[in-house]
Amino acid sequence: METAPKLGRDVPPKKDKLQAKKKKPRRYWEEETPPTAAGAFPGPPRKLKRNRELRPQKPKNIHIRKKSRISKKPQVPKKPRERGPQRSLSGAQDPFAGPAPVPGEVVQKFRRVDKSKKLPRSKSKTRSRLEAAEAEEEEVSVRAARSELLLAEEPGFLEGEDGEDTARIRQADIVEAVDIASAAKHFDLNLRQFGPYRLNYSRTGRHLAFGGRRGHVAALDWVTKKLMCEINVMEAVRDIRFLHSEALLAVAQNRWLHIYDNQGIELHCIRRCDRVTRLEFLPFHFLLATASETGFLTYLDVSVGKIVAALNARAGRLDVMTQNPYNAVIHLGHSNGTVSLWSPAMKEPLAKILCHRGGVRAVAVDSTGTHMATSGVDHQLKIFDLRGTFQPLSARTLPQGAGHLAFSQRGLLAAGMGDVVNVWAGQCKASPPLLEQPYLTHRLSGHVHSLQFCPFEDVLGVGHSGGITSMLIPGAAEPNFDGLENNPYRSQKQRQEWEVKALLEKVPAELICLDPRALAEVDVISLEQKKKERIERLGYDPEAKAPFQPKPKRKGRSSTASLVKRKRKVMDEEHRDRVRQSLEEQPQKQEKAAKPTGARPSALDRFVR
Amino acid sequence: MKVKMLSRNPDNYVRETKLDLQRVPRNYDPTLHPFEVPREYVRALNATKLERVFAKPFLASLDGHRDGVNCLAKHPKSLATVLSGACDGEVRIWNLTKRKCIRTIQAHEGFVRGICTRFCGTSFFTVGDDKTVKQWKMDGPGYGEEDEPLHTILGKTVYTGIDHHWKEPVFATCGQQVDIWDEQRTNPICSMTWGFDSISSVKFNPIETFLLGSCASDRNIVLYDMRQATPLKKVILDMRTNTICWNPMEAFIFTAANEDYNLYTFDMRALDTPVMVHMDHVSAVLDVDYSPTGKEFVSASFDKSIRIFPVDKSRSREVYHTKRMQHVICVKWTSDSKYIMCGSDEMNIRLWKANASEKLGVLTSREKAATDYNQKLKEKFQHHPHIKRISRHRHLPKSIYSQIQEQRIMKEARRRKELNRIKHSKPGSVQIVSEKKKHIVAVVK
Repeated sequence: METAPKLGRDVPPKKDKLQAKKKKPRRYWEEETPPTAAGAFPGPPRKLKRNRELRPQKPKNIHIRKKSRISKKPQVPKKPRERGPQRSLSGAQDPFAGPAPVPGEVVQKFRRVDKSKKLPRSKSKTRSRLEAAEAEEEEVSVRAARSELLLAEEPGFLEGEDGEDTARIRQADIVEAVDIASAAKHFDLNLRQFGPYRLNYSRTGRHLAFGGRRGHVAALDWVTKKLMCEINVMEAVRDIRFLHSEALLAVAQNRWLHIYDNQGIELHCIRRCDRVTRLEFLPFHFLLATASETGFLTYLDVSVGKIVAALNARAGRLDVMTQNPYNAVIHLGHSNGTVSLWSPAMKEPLAKILCHRGGVRAVAVDSTGTHMATSGVDHQLKIFDLRGTFQPLSARTLPQGAGHLAFSQRGLLAAGMGDVVNVWAGQCKASPPLLEQPYLTHRLSGHVHSLQFCPFEDVLGVGHSGGITSMLIPGAAEPNFDGLENNPYRSQKQRQEWEVKALLEKVPAELICLDPRALAEVDVISLEQKKKERIERLGYDPEAKAPFQPKPKRKGRSSTASLVKRKRKVMDEEHRDRVRQSLEEQPQKQEKAAKPTGARPSALDRFVR
Repeated sequence: MKVKMLSRNPDNYVRETKLDLQRVPRNYDPTLHPFEVPREYVRALNATKLERVFAKPFLASLDGHRDGVNCLAKHPKSLATVLSGACDGEVRIWNLTKRKCIRTIQAHEGFVRGICTRFCGTSFFTVGDDKTVKQWKMDGPGYGEEDEPLHTILGKTVYTGIDHHWKEPVFATCGQQVDIWDEQRTNPICSMTWGFDSISSVKFNPIETFLLGSCASDRNIVLYDMRQATPLKKVILDMRTNTICWNPMEAFIFTAANEDYNLYTFDMRALDTPVMVHMDHVSAVLDVDYSPTGKEFVSASFDKSIRIFPVDKSRSREVYHTKRMQHVICVKWTSDSKYIMCGSDEMNIRLWKANASEKLGVLTSREKAATDYNQKLKEKFQHHPHIKRISRHRHLPKSIYSQIQEQRIMKEARRRKELNRIKHSKPGSVQIVSEKKKHIVAVVK
């Protein structure tokens, strides 16, 4: 109540009088000061007032607000209520009345249920249960969106002065401008001897492994620059990949696939995977996917050491492979310009997309699984929409054609073209990168051989013929990691704990499909099938409508003739309804039949009756 | 040029000293948690498997009776106390925490037919084959005192059951007729009959306390109103009902344990169709008792098993049996809804967990959260075939298993015959009667 005199301006005059009448309580330690000065608390009242101006007030139509607690435009302050703000018992008004507003697009990010899809036809009990579940989901997404406020870090950014092109900014300029800790993330490893390098970051983004064509394999904690191991396998190294944690390392060597631990000790030599050219690790399924020269795509379960599936792609040598992190589908690029999508559960590809004329050189899929970037021998760089249609969103011809592509966590696209690396950025996280203007470019000392964005750091690792380069790309990475999934700062104990949990919830390989949420949806077709089977089994349809039976009238005349007449009437009505419905459907059917989709109209069509 | 790089201060993410808890920042962004549904599915699968692994419902067997246990009663005020009456006229009072008998009374000659406690928990009533109703003090006699009943009423006929009113000093007995007694008098306040047959059990409604239900051996269930002193209505079923139990949360719902292996849940306002027919037993159902939540009930059967049914499901969710348990005569669900007691022919009272895989004892908050989460997951994925198969699997004794197979074949044959009859007769002449209506003969008001 001490703040009352300052607040008085906004409070109606009636309230002012009340305040004046009531004697202000005075503490013994206070000096005797006139109440207008309010000297004891200079800070809070001002602050309070400012807050109240900033904060959108609860709007007038309180009922509507309660139903949808998501405000569509969070920035626009709402009109204050005409009736005046709510008062509590003490008379103080709540400056933040009502539930806190949540921006709609943030809620959209967390929304799991597709509202546009209608619920399947079901009994009222099931239906109400489904509706309740949906409402619960909605509530969950609102709450999750509200928790967004607690995130500690902000993403990085790079902005030029007006008119300045960010692509002109050199790495040296960025290093000069940023703090020491960030500047230390830019480094070059000059390793000319062992030839072009492939590299891989661990899932936490803390560790880096690289392997040179001439057998040099090393792993290090790249943040502290502490070397974990360094060996020469005395054989050509085609690809290198961390398994689920930084303790295990898979190396595709000239002949076979080898697995090393973080001290460089060879643990396994997997002879069933031979002549492997590319490796991909699916962390939630504990599957190591290998693409080989012999044209086989092999899935190795690294938790039990079994080969889950060996699929013959029937497209010759495979050396373009990437995984879709959203649904664990493997994308293979082929020399005939197609990209095929594979799951270990199917012998045939899930889909084939014709992307380029000539061969496909590189494929990359972004972390949300919505966009796929491909580059081909035809020097084109295309971005495809992966949500059902597989249509190209944008395309661009590059002077040299990109040999390597990589998406960052926030949707930046990096392409390695000869000894140049280009990075493109989109409008926001969810939008595809705009290919007109590169965000950053960098020229290296050798030809690019491998590209990967470091998770949770604004760093792009480039393996090239001259060694390894760690580039600074502001705004590339997700700033806030989840401690229970990938924690760069985790201790050994936490890692062990996480490992046990992850193994316990290892997803079976059979569940890999294009839509990973399909498991939580109602299987409508089989429900229909079930109903059909039930009718067959029982010999009648238990849910069918019974034929109309007129009830005899209690009062007045109830002759058999009138009963029959009534029955006739209802039957006729039903019959007419059926006829009307079929008549309405007929022209639609005819239209459909008249326009066979996909076929071109021919000049001879006019003779068709 | 304006530039900002992502630069984290490790101090914000690493604990300061070894004594601190580890810091775990969370971000609920769905792109950082891919495969949400498949991972939840795997978790649900694991939770279901663990549930079956930990399903060890049998807790204790209370032995001491020298003849089959014929009736059980709960103490209304003390969770640890339970009373049992045996076929040799002996009544024992048990302490469940110590799992020991604390008092033994030779109450009757011949069977103890019924036992019930007074609502205040200070005394209890027994009826026996010796045509007496006896009231006993709950506490034992003092030093040097004889163990004698407070009151003894000598009746004319054999009493087969007794139940006490939930609020007033009134109790009801059954035998040739339903008698309602004032505790202070030696003659019944009123006697109610409908037809001439022996009545096997009588139960007061715990909510509408003046309502009674009884079942007689002429296959009917009769409802009475104590205030009117006349029967309200009765429903006649195909076969005899052994006992009924009122739902403690819904006043108008009761469940009847029938000789035709089924249980019938009735709404007393519409007796012509039962709300649900519960089928799973393979022999006559002898006793039934509701959980205090009113969501589930337990039934004891002559097939040497007890089953737990949800009120709204026709199939049981759980079956309990042991090698040594013989025909189960009486069953009770304890007032904390956590345990089930059953008394059987071979002189033992067995204590079971109501939820077979539940962990007993105090749970830490993390354990509790984990069980809650697992429960929700199991609920979410319960219809997936793999999970459903695991969660439904129960091991059964060979006798019950083969009986189930046999009855399935019989039922199938009956259905086939009915279908054939429909197929070969004039359309509409043969009516299809639903399973619910099939067993109801008539409703009389």
